[in-house]
Order: sequence, then C-alpha cells, then structure tokens
Amino acid sequence: MSTRRLFLKSSALGMFGVGTAPAWLSRALYAADAPSRKKILVAIFQRGAVDGLNVVVPFGEKQYYSLRPNLAIPKPDRTESSAIDLDGFFGLHPALAPLKPIYDSGHMAIVHAVGSPDPTRSHFDAQDYMESGTPGRKATSDGWLNRALPIQKDSSPVRAVSLGATLPRAMRGQNEAVAIANLNDFQVKDTRGAGTFESMYENSLDQVLNGAGRETFEAVKLMQSIQKQPYAPGNGVQYPNSSLGQDLMQIARLIKSNVGLEVAFAEMRGWDTHVNEVGARPTVGQLANLLGQFGSALAAFYQDLGDAMADVSVVTMSEFGRTARENGSRGTDHGHANVMFAFGGGIRGGKIHGQWPGLEQEQLYEQRDLQLTTDFRDVLGELVVRHLGNARVASVFPGYEQPKFRGIVVG
Amino acid sequence: MKKFIISVMLLAGMAAFSTDTQFSQPLSKDQEVLHALNRLTFGPRPGDLEAVRKMGLKKWIDQQLHPERIAENPELAVRLRPLESLQMSAAEIATNYPPPQVLRAMTQGRLPLPVDPEARKRAELEIQRLRARREAKDDGDVKAKAQGKGGDRLQQATRQQVLAATDPVERRKLVADKAPQQALPYDLNEAKLYRAIYSNRQLEEQMADFWFNHFNVYIDKGADRILTSTYERDAIRPHVFGKFRDLLEATAHSPAMLFYLDNWQSISPDTVPVRRFAKQKAKQARGLNENYARELMELHTLGVDGGYTQKDIIEVARCFTGWTIKQPNRGGEFIYNDRVHDKGEKTVLGVKIPAGGGQDDAEKVLDILARHPSTARFISTKLAKKFVADDPPPALIERMAKTFHDTDGDIRAVMSTLLDSKEFFSEGAFQAKVKTPLELIVSAVRAADAQVDFAIPLATQIGQLGEPLYRKIEPTGYSSANSEWVNSAALLARMNFALALADNRVPGSKVDATKFADDPAAVARQVLFHEASQQTLDSIQKALAQREPTPVLVVGLVLGSPDFQRR
Repeated sequence: MSTRRLFLKSSALGMFGVGTAPAWLSRALYAADAPSRKKILVAIFQRGAVDGLNVVVPFGEKQYYSLRPNLAIPKPDRTESSAIDLDGFFGLHPALAPLKPIYDSGHMAIVHAVGSPDPTRSHFDAQDYMESGTPGRKATSDGWLNRALPIQKDSSPVRAVSLGATLPRAMRGQNEAVAIANLNDFQVKDTRGAGTFESMYENSLDQVLNGAGRETFEAVKLMQSIQKQPYAPGNGVQYPNSSLGQDLMQIARLIKSNVGLEVAFAEMRGWDTHVNEVGARPTVGQLANLLGQFGSALAAFYQDLGDAMADVSVVTMSEFGRTARENGSRGTDHGHANVMFAFGGGIRGGKIHGQWPGLEQEQLYEQRDLQLTTDFRDVLGELVVRHLGNARVASVFPGYEQPKFRGIVVG
Repeated sequence: MKKFIISVMLLAGMAAFSTDTQFSQPLSKDQEVLHALNRLTFGPRPGDLEAVRKMGLKKWIDQQLHPERIAENPELAVRLRPLESLQMSAAEIATNYPPPQVLRAMTQGRLPLPVDPEARKRAELEIQRLRARREAKDDGDVKAKAQGKGGDRLQQATRQQVLAATDPVERRKLVADKAPQQALPYDLNEAKLYRAIYSNRQLEEQMADFWFNHFNVYIDKGADRILTSTYERDAIRPHVFGKFRDLLEATAHSPAMLFYLDNWQSISPDTVPVRRFAKQKAKQARGLNENYARELMELHTLGVDGGYTQKDIIEVARCFTGWTIKQPNRGGEFIYNDRVHDKGEKTVLGVKIPAGGGQDDAEKVLDILARHPSTARFISTKLAKKFVADDPPPALIERMAKTFHDTDGDIRAVMSTLLDSKEFFSEGAFQAKVKTPLELIVSAVRAADAQVDFAIPLATQIGQLGEPLYRKIEPTGYSSANSEWVNSAALLARMNFALALADNRVPGSKVDATKFADDPAAVARQVLFHEASQQTLDSIQKALAQREPTPVLVVGLVLGSPDFQRR
C-alpha cells in the first residue's frame, strides 16, 4: 500500500511538477492516502444541564403538553413558533433550524433518553462523572477523551486540543493534550524571546524540560503556519461571535491545516434554566437564545468543513436532563436522562436513535424525570471504536466493558 | 516525540537504578542553603541567602517551624487590610456578600438587608440588577450576551489595568460593587498571594497551601462560595503545624467540607420524614451519601491502598449521618441532627462502634483513622513528595511515619524529621521538583524583587497555567508531581509570563530594572541565586549578540529558562 502511494506520488507528480498537477490527480493521491488519514472526534459539553425535552421535542406525546403548560413547544405548524418536524413524533426546537439541513442530509443522528446512569443531580458530580467516563467513581484521575486516543508511536503534538485556558477533565491523562485559549496566542509573544527560549530548551540537559520544550516548539511551529494567514472559513461561512462559535472556528482551522488533530473539546455554559427558561412564548427566551447560539455554531462548523466532514464526528453531551414537569418559575429543575447529537460524514443520521420511555407518570424516573434508556457510554463508546478506530473500549470506559452500540456510526 | 519517550524512560531507569546513592549524596554548604530556601519558601528574594547563612541554616529552619517566633513583615498587613471578608464570620459574609438565595429572601422581605451601609447599597444594587435581568428575560427578545472570547479577555486585561491604577481600598470597593459575590474569591486570592510573596513565615504559608490542597474544597460549588474563607482561616491555618487529629476534626466539622462532599445531605435510610416537610424531603437525598466517607479514607487519611473496603465506606457514612449544616446558604454552622442519624451498630476497619453512640460515632471514626498506620504512611509520603522528590526514598518515609506514630500525629515533628534528614539535603532532592504554577509565579515575583500592589493579575496567570486558586473541582487537590505541570501550553505561558513580568506588563506588579547588573551571567546569578546552566547562558549571549543587551530582557529570559522552572 505504502509503496503504491509512494509510486503514485513520485511518478505522477514528477510528470506534472508540483503545483501544476491537475485537480483530479491530487484528488486521487488524496484518496490513495485515505487509509492513513486520521479520524477526528470533537466533543462538545453543554454545562449546566440542557433541557433535552425542549431541544428535541416529543410533540407526539400528549403527556408532554400536560406536564409543561407554559413551556411546551407547540406541535409543528410550519411557523417559527412551533417545533420543526423530524419524524412525525419528535421535532427540533425552532431555534435549532440551522441543524435541520444536516439532519435531512442524513449526517446527523439524535439519541434521546440518553445519559449517565448515576442518580446524582449535582452538576459538579455529574459533569465530573461524564468527563471521567466513570459514573459513580470519583477516584478516576484521567478523562475518557484522553484515554480514547489510540496508542501511537509518532503522534502530533497537537493530537488532542481543548479550547479554553485549562485542560478539561475529559482531556486529562497520559496522552499529550494541549489547552489552547486562542490559536493566535499559542506562541512566545515576544519575538526577541522566542528563538532564545527555543534554543535554551532544545539544548537543555534537563531531560524532562528538554523533551517538553521540544514538543512545545514543534507545536508552536505547526501553529505558526496556521497563524500566518487570517482564517477564511469555507463556503463563505460566518461563525457567530459566541464563545462556542469562536472555539469551533479554531477547531475547524486546526482540522483543515492537517496538523494531526485527533480529538478536540469545546464547551458552552449557561444551560441551568431553573427560572424563565422561556419568555413571552415558549419558543423565545433564555433557552431559545442559547439554542440559537448552539445551533448556529454547529451549523457553521459543518458548512465550513464541507468535504472534510467525512473524517470528522461531532458529539454533544450535557451532565443530565431536566424535570419533565415545569416548575413554578417558568423553568425546570435537575432531572435525569437527556438528548445527544452526533453528526459527521460517518454518522448514520436522519434518525432518532434509542428507545423512547414515555412521559406517563409511571414511566418517569423517580416519578419526575425522563427515564434513561441509553447509557452515554454506548454513544461515546461507539464513536471511539467505530469512528476513531480504538478497539480498546474497556480501557476508555473502565467498568463498562461492553457498551451497546446503537448503530449511529456507519459500520 | 520518540526521542522524548526514550529519554524519559532512560531518566526513569536511571532514577530507579541510582535512587539510593543519589539520596545519600550530600550537598555543599551553599547548595544546602539554596535548597532549603527553594523548598521551605516560595523562592528566595535578594538577600535571603546571605541572611540564612548569617543566622545559620539550622536555626533558620527551626524558626520556620515555629512561625509565631518570626516577626511578620509590615508590608503584608498593609496589603491584607482592605480584604474585609477575611475577618468576617460565614454568617456575616452571607449577609454582606449575599448569594442569590439570600438576595431573594431579602427581596421578599424574609431577611433584613445588611446593616452596614456599604453592604446595604451593594445588596440593593444587586437586587435591582436581578430585577432588570428577570424583566429582560421575560421580554424574551433580548439578544444573548455576546460571549466573544477575544472580547472577554481584552476586557479582562483592560479592566485589570484600570484596577491596578486604582487605590487598593477603592479598587476593592469597585469589585464588590460590581458583583458582591466576586469580592470573596478576590479577597482569598489577594491574601494568598500577598502572604506567599511577603510573609516572613514562609514555611507556614507552604504548609497552609499543602493542607488546604490536601483537604480541598471548591469555591464555586454552591454555598462553598461563602464558606471557603472561614474554612481556610479557622479549619486549616490554625493547625498546619499542629496535631493531625485536630486538623482532621476541624475539616470534618467545617460547613465548607460538609457541603463540598455532600455529607450534610446524608441521612439514615430509616429516617422517618417529618410530616410537615415530607414533600420537601422527598426532593432531597433520601439516604446515605457515601461521598465524604469515601474521600475521608481515600484522600484525607488512609490513602487509596490504605486497607479499607466498600463495606467500610458504608459503615463510615452511617457513622457520619446527622453531621450537617444549619442553612448553608446563610453561612450556617455545623449542627448534629440526631433524627437522621443511623442509630445501629457499625464496624469500621474491624472496630466495633456500639449502637446508640449518636454524634460520637463519627468522632470514633476520626480517632481510628487519625491513628491508623496507613494514615501515618500516607501523610508522610505526601509531605515527602511535596518537599523532597516525586519518588521519595522509602527509608525516609518510614522514619517520618514513625515520628507521626510516636507523637500522635504531630505535624511539626514529622516535618522536623524530614528537614533533619540526609535525604532532604541530597543530590536526589536538589532541583528535583518542577515548580507548580503558584510556586513559579510567586518565585519569579520574589526573585525579581517585584513590588506587588494588586495580585489578581498574578492569580489570573496562575489559573492560565492550570492551577486556578480555590478552584480545583476534584477533591484530590492539585498534584505536586512534575509530570502534572510540564506541558506545551503551560511552558509557553510560563515563558510569556516571564517576559511580561520583567517588562512590567503584568498589571499590579512592578520590577525595578535598575537593580540588575549589565552582564547577563551576573543577572542570571541575581535571579537564579546560582550560576545559570551553560546552555541557558549561551542562548542568551547568542540572542544578545545582535543588539544592546537590556537587563529587562535578560531577566525575562532567565525567568523563562529551564533553570528557573525547578526548585
């Protein structure tokens, strides 16, 4: 295989010369290289527990409307103040309209009634469990996304990147993972200092700092090529100026620059809607605003990447869902199961996966929350195995050796 | 990458091979003084080495072990004075810096507004803001706040510059007026850094950091916002050189810990709900919460391999039922609620705790744990990892554990054993530790003799290096291991900080460049307190060959060098 690739490259390109090769040829070379191209997994955490029942709305469920007289999103009527029909039973919150085309294209899957089996309703614990990948176990020191990285001899210094000042729990562990607040800042800002530091660390006899220093400056060099020119997203996409929008733009930039990214992490805060989740109408207000930011950022990312989405999967998660019943202050309290999105070239989408447990009183978890029918590790585990190609799922989710795949990744 | 792995393996191999010899290889007299300063303080300041030499190393260490005998630096008191929440009780904090629940109660007239006129004004402002926000949300059409990241950081930088230029008392007022609850982490961060930078009782500050971290709580978990200040002041600081059992007792009783590890909600599953509250109770925890019991053994005392089982965790949790807090959000105190206590007999680590012990059940657990040999070893190991090396020699740990046992857990005595040891003053320990972000930032400030009148920008830097103070979510606290702090983003941030500090680009910190010599090797000696490595010097010389050397640049380069990352 590698011989053939090498042959193709040297002979074909030799014939035309670099830069003059016709597009079809570089496409062919690209395709020949395909087996060695890395798959990329982007995880997005919605911190604060998003209200899944108003994100992917079970409008076919009568009980939904009796539980939420003020909050329920109206049945689809093709207006902006109603759910967007997905399959005759579920609908998207209208603020998520930008995601509908992705769903229709078959590249976005939704898993409902999914979450962590741990009963905790503490944000702090539940986020911790979801990021460590070990519900109920606090002693786990590393995160699932770090463990998800396949073992590799030669790996890129930026194979694992999280957007933000510190490395989130999900990203920590044995494998090199870089926290980047902003790609343009990932450098020694003082040009007078940069070369000197590089030389100091490269020549240092301090083996640990020498090694890390070399890696750092390798990563910096990779970034420099990226930093040189302003980023122009593909397909004329304009990313929203939200935190998530800007983070996803940077991830897209990393992906397109082929620097060896394998896993990335971004987050969005503010989903803890105890009070005034909705405004004057159920389809406006706090949650609608948040979902507007969320959906437009994801859609921009998808459109920006275009064909490159073939190798990328994005998965979203939140620590737990919210009460099925609305509370007395036009909001919802901490609940149990929730909804996850997964999209990308390899996703079996256009479909709502998982089993719907129903919203009748006796169907609710502890008589108040959406019952869990899919463990979040089933979803993440499938992505780890079938998308990232890391078969050692037992070490990614210790204590959960046999995730039940739901068929969200095209096998 | 491959090379790196190989070199690390080699290094690890070498370490395993030669540990014994390295830890018996003595240091020179000068190295001993530098080493002691590097480990017992947050880094030497100009003049410290001479002062310790003059006093005699032994005497200096003995003083550091008895901080009450050291006159405190007057510079420190001046800086601590405006940080008023540090002097308050938790209840006063809840009133004067009200959390949302208290604010709501004030709005509805269920709680009186603060008496203090400043605090009252702040609370009224907060209530207005709350109302405005609610109305805005009711409108539903309000654009979500632009969360542009670049914008936020720019704002933060500008804001810090403005604040740095403001008089400390006025600045503190600005912060509290803008968001009262922000004043609490503000005070804690400012105080922690001023103490680390200016206190003459340096070992006490190192120990306070060690023990807070050992018994970690997270300031952003609900009521811990208002409970952390008194926790550090009343539960941790008085005991940093005291008896371990007293420290353990203080943390176990503290509302901050009871809240953080959920014990306040842990009740006996047999509890009969009071009819009046039945509905409300059903919403809350309806049984044991094992969180504290587990961490108490795993992290606070025995260690994960200390010989306890899941059964022990449950038994300990049963003993602790009823240890709760009276109104945590109002800064309430510890109370024991016998109604929810598990009254049955328990067995903890093989020791029978008879039925009917009430509040005393948990005290017995603390006795058992504090005196358990695993605890002596676990605490000794952790101290040795922090103060000696990542892989401390077992013989030293055994001696420390013996002292722990013989003195009934006297922390000062255990530290004496450590500081008297040949292993501490050995090649194996010398420069063996990579500085944590807190140590790096504070040691740079001290080495450059910077004048700090506003410490929050330094705290921001420490957070960006990965150690946000009072904000470690996990009960494990921060690791002191080298591997934790050496990574690409952190190293870059360290280099950038070094250059910025020397160049007076860190708001609130001033470096006087005229204090530094002209010759790079001499500057390096001034900042490192020893000769720079040849590689570092060569790199600096090469860089300076092209232009006029400025001390500012050289100081920045030395502070960002590999040499300065170790202690």
